[in-house]
Amino acid sequence: MPANDARTADEQAMTEPDRQTRQTIRAIAESGASQAGALLPILHSIQDELGYVPEAAVPIVAEVLNLSRAEVHGVVSFYHLFRTDPPGKQTLYVCRAEACQSMGSRELERHARERLGIGYHETTADGRFSLEPIYCLGNCACSPAVMIDEDVYGRVTPERLDELLD
Amino acid sequence: MTDGTRVFVPADTTALSLGADAVAATLRREAAERGDAIELVRNGSRGLYWLEPLVEVEVGGQRLAYGPVTANDVASLLDAGLLGGADHALALGPTESIPWLAGQSRLTFARVGVTDPLSIDEYRAHDGFRGLEKAASMTPEEIVAEVTESGLRGRGGAAFPTGIKWNTVLQTDAGQKYIACNADEGDSGTFADRMIMESDPFVLIEGMAIAGLATGATMGYIYIRAEYPLAIRVMREAIERAEAAGLLGGNVLDSGRDFRMEVREAAGAYICGEETSMLESLEGKRGMIRFRPPLPAVKGLFGAPTVVNNVISLATVPIILDKGAEYYRDYGSGRSRGTLTVQLAGNIKRGGLVEIGFGRPLRELLYDFGGGSATGRPIRAVQAGGPLAAYVHPSQFDTPLDYEEFAAIDAMLGHGGLVVFDDTVDMGEQARFAMEFCAIESCGKCTPCRVGAVRGVEVIDKIRNGENEALNLELLRDLCDTMVSGSLCALGGMAPFPVISVLDHFPEDLGTLAVARRPEENPG
Ligand SMILES: Cc1cc2nc3c(=O)[nH]c(=O)nc-3n(C[C@H](O)[C@H](O)[C@H](O)COP(=O)(O)O)c2cc1C
Ligand code: SF4
Ligand code: FES
Ligand code: FES
Repeated sequence: MPANDARTADEQAMTEPDRQTRQTIRAIAESGASQAGALLPILHSIQDELGYVPEAAVPIVAEVLNLSRAEVHGVVSFYHLFRTDPPGKQTLYVCRAEACQSMGSRELERHARERLGIGYHETTADGRFSLEPIYCLGNCACSPAVMIDEDVYGRVTPERLDELLD
Repeated sequence: MTDGTRVFVPADTTALSLGADAVAATLRREAAERGDAIELVRNGSRGLYWLEPLVEVEVGGQRLAYGPVTANDVASLLDAGLLGGADHALALGPTESIPWLAGQSRLTFARVGVTDPLSIDEYRAHDGFRGLEKAASMTPEEIVAEVTESGLRGRGGAAFPTGIKWNTVLQTDAGQKYIACNADEGDSGTFADRMIMESDPFVLIEGMAIAGLATGATMGYIYIRAEYPLAIRVMREAIERAEAAGLLGGNVLDSGRDFRMEVREAAGAYICGEETSMLESLEGKRGMIRFRPPLPAVKGLFGAPTVVNNVISLATVPIILDKGAEYYRDYGSGRSRGTLTVQLAGNIKRGGLVEIGFGRPLRELLYDFGGGSATGRPIRAVQAGGPLAAYVHPSQFDTPLDYEEFAAIDAMLGHGGLVVFDDTVDMGEQARFAMEFCAIESCGKCTPCRVGAVRGVEVIDKIRNGENEALNLELLRDLCDTMVSGSLCALGGMAPFPVISVLDHFPEDLGTLAVARRPEENPG
C-alpha cells in the first residue's frame, strides 16, 4: 500500500463486498461534503443507496467530514428514521399518532404485528417486511394511515392491510 | 398538449392514498378506447378529503366535480357523459358551489387544488408572483411594515407576529442571513403545510423570496419531514423550475437581488420542529434544543441572523403583498387577524382543509363543516393544536377559533389541527399516550422531560390499574407541574397539558370509575 493511502486501517483489511460498500459510502460522503450542514444529507444518501446506514459508514463519514466518530454516531442514533440494520424488501410504517388512534389504529397496529409475526423495528424471517412505527403521515383526514416504502394508504382496515401485504 | 376536454384527477398524498392513480390510469385507458379526447391534469387536492378522489371536468369554462370516484366508477361516468358534464350519482355540481368549499375564505389556499402544481405558467395565470413583483419594487422596511400591519402571526404554533420577527433580522447587521422554513409539520391532525408543498409549491417559494428581499437574506432552506416523500420531490422540482425561469438565483425578478433555495430532509424526530432544534439539525447535528437568548433572528443558522417561519406563515405573505395588509387584516377577530387554515382530522365525517377567518366557533367547524363524527356517534373530545395541547371537552365547543380565546380555556389553536374522537375513546389511554410520545421524542437535554415523561407513563399505568389511586393521581399532578415549570422547551413543558385536560375534564376515565367502566366498554 502506498503511504498516502487515504483509507482507514479497517478499510484496508476487508473482503470484496465490504470493500464495495465502503467505496460507495466514501464516494457519497465525498461528493456531499462541500455543502453546508453536510452530515444529514450524506446520511440520507447512504440510506437511500444501501437501505440503511451501516456501522462501517460511521468512521468513513467522520473522516471525510472531519468529525469525531462519536459525533457521527450520535447523529445516526438521534434520528428515528436512520436505521443501522438492513431493512426487509419492503418497509411497513404504521401511523401511531392521535388522529389515526381515533379511527382504530391501535387495532391496526395489533393486526400488523400479528400478521407479520414481528414487533416494531423488526424484520420478518423471510426478509420481506420490516415494521416501523411512524408519527403522522399528514393523511389524518383519512385515518388510519400506513405507508409502504414511499406509498401512503388511507382508511386502512385490517382486511385492507392484508390485501396490501399479499 | 391535446385539445381534449380538461379532466382533473388530484395527485396529492391523500388523493393518492385513496387510489387516485388508478382512477387516472383507468380514465386514460377508457377514454382512449372510446375515442374521447381528454387532457388529463394532475392537480393538487382542494382539501375536500372526504370526497377524494375528486374528479373535475372543465365544461364551458366551469369546473364540475364528481366524487368520491374509484377506478370502478370511471366507465359508468364516461358512459353517462362525464366529458360533457352530465349528471351522475357521483355528480356534485360546480366545484366552487359545493357548500363546504363555498363557505371558506381561501386566501393562502387560493390556488391549491385548482392548478397543476408544477406549472409556472398556470401559477402566473392565477395571480402568482404578484406579491413578489410588488416586493421587488419596495424597500425592505416597506415590505416588513406591510407584513407587520397585516397582523399575520406565526402559524407554526407559537403565533408570534411575523413582521416583528422579520424586523429583528432586518435590523441585525450581518454579511449572511438565512430564511429557514419550518416544514417539519409534526403535529398529528395537521396537513396544511404538506398541501401547500404538494399542491402549490410556488407560493412557498414566492413567500420565501419575499422574506429574503425583506430581510437581506440570500439563502433559504426548507426543512421537510422525511415522512413527506412526495412533498420533498415536488418542492425540489419546483425550485429547479423556478431557478430555470430566473425567479430564483442571482437576480430575482430583475430586482438585482440574490435569493437561492434548497430543500433539506429531516429524519423523523418530532423535536426538530422546535425552531432551535431544527437549526441544529440543518447544521447537521443532533436536534438538541439551544438555550435562548440569543434568538434565532439574531444568531440562528450557522450563527447568522435567521428568519424561522412555518410553511403557512410564509405562503400567506404573497397575498398580503399583492392585496395589501388591510385586505388580509380585515378577516379575523380580536388579535387573531386573517385566516386560519383548520385541518379537520380523525373521527370526522367530512375531513379536510377549511380556511376561514378567525373567530368562528369550534362547534361550527365540527358540525357544520365536519358533519359530526365519522362513526355517527357523539363527539366526546377534540385535541386541538397538536399532541402537546389540551383535549377540548364538548362543554367548550362554543369557544371561537381565536388564539386568545383558546388560551383562556387552557387550550390552543397551534397549527390549526382538530383531531376528533367519538365516545368510544378511552381518555386515560390518550393521557398515557401524551406521556409516551414525550418520552419517545424527548431530546434528553433536561431531566423533567427525559425522566418525567417515563415516570408519567408509569404513574398513569398504576392509576389505570387501580393501584393507590388517590396518591398516584396527586403524584401525576405534581409530575405535570414539575415538567411544565422545569423543562427547557415546550416538548416537556407542554406534554402535560393533554394529561391535565384529561384530569380536569374527563376524570371519569382515570381512576376507579374508569377501571370499573372499562371492561363493559370493550365488549369482545
Ligand atoms: C416540540 C415542538 C415542535 C414544533 N414543531 C413545529 C413544526 O413541526 N412546524 C412548525 O412550523 N413549528 C413547530 N414548532 C414551533 C417552532 O418552534 C416555531 O415557533 C415556528 O417554526 C416559528 O414559525 P412561525 O412563527 O411562522 O410559526 C414546534 C415547537 C415545539 C416546541
Ligand atoms: S423539554 Fe425535552 S425536548 Fe425540550 S429540551 Fe428538555 S429534554 Fe429536550
Ligand atoms: S395521525 Fe396518522 S396520518 Fe396523521
Ligand atoms: S440534563 Fe438538564 S437538568 Fe440535568
